[in-house]
Amino acid sequence: MKIGTIRDLLEATVICGEDMLEKEVHSACGSDMMSDVLAYVKDQAVLLTGLVNSQVIRTAEMMDMVCLVFVRGKKPTQEMIELAADSGMAILATDMRLYEACGKLYVNGLVGNGRKV
Amino acid sequence: MSESLTFHFDVDGEDFTSAGQASVQVKKNLRRLGISPEIIRQVSIAMYEGEINMVIHAGGGKADVVVSEDKIEIILVDKGPGIADIDLAMQEGFSTATDSVRSLGFGAGMGLPNMKRYTDEMTIDSVVGEGTTIKMVVNL
Repeated sequence: MKIGTIRDLLEATVICGEDMLEKEVHSACGSDMMSDVLAYVKDQAVLLTGLVNSQVIRTAEMMDMVCLVFVRGKKPTQEMIELAADSGMAILATDMRLYEACGKLYVNGLVGNGRKV
Repeated sequence: MSESLTFHFDVDGEDFTSAGQASVQVKKNLRRLGISPEIIRQVSIAMYEGEINMVIHAGGGKADVVVSEDKIEIILVDKGPGIADIDLAMQEGFSTATDSVRSLGFGAGMGLPNMKRYTDEMTIDSVVGEGTTIKMVVNL
């Protein structure tokens, strides 16, 4: 799925990484607990979260993710946007809740950890 | 690479926002050395969890990453409160972190288990009231 398709499905705003909308991603995960992301995630390219602090960007960077989606209308700080841009990550923001946002992506073919839709 | 290469970092214990900077730097350095992405991920996640722990629990500390021909060692040293029961601390889900740490997305009791999960060897030396030294090895 293209990052641009994620934007459309989640009716999201692109906060940074406008040039990455054509990039293909193959899996995603959703969590507000960064420790769990670090523990259970493998080869996920997209992180959906309602947590807003710099450690979200660093966690995503450690996991080699390319796209962050902030849910529930959360907006990243300027510092976070700069960190993400430095690491070559796109940031999207949507008003949808985490469950709903993950569900929309899942039913449209963006899988989780090794499971096929 | 016949000689080892050491990267040293002082981890600031005052500022949760900047926690993880050393790990980001290590990741960049290892990438420059041409280390494989999977190994880089293992090393940087283990170090990142360790760095977060030092900031949350120990008021900061020192981190060294030693890259040699056959392995990468991560040595984390702090002068924090120490770990009273290491076996208990290694259990997934056990945490002494406060609710304020949890609201920041950490403190799930996954830090030490994650460090073990992503490395080939891990030893913890800790003295209550004096501090903790953690040594981790990722084989190349």
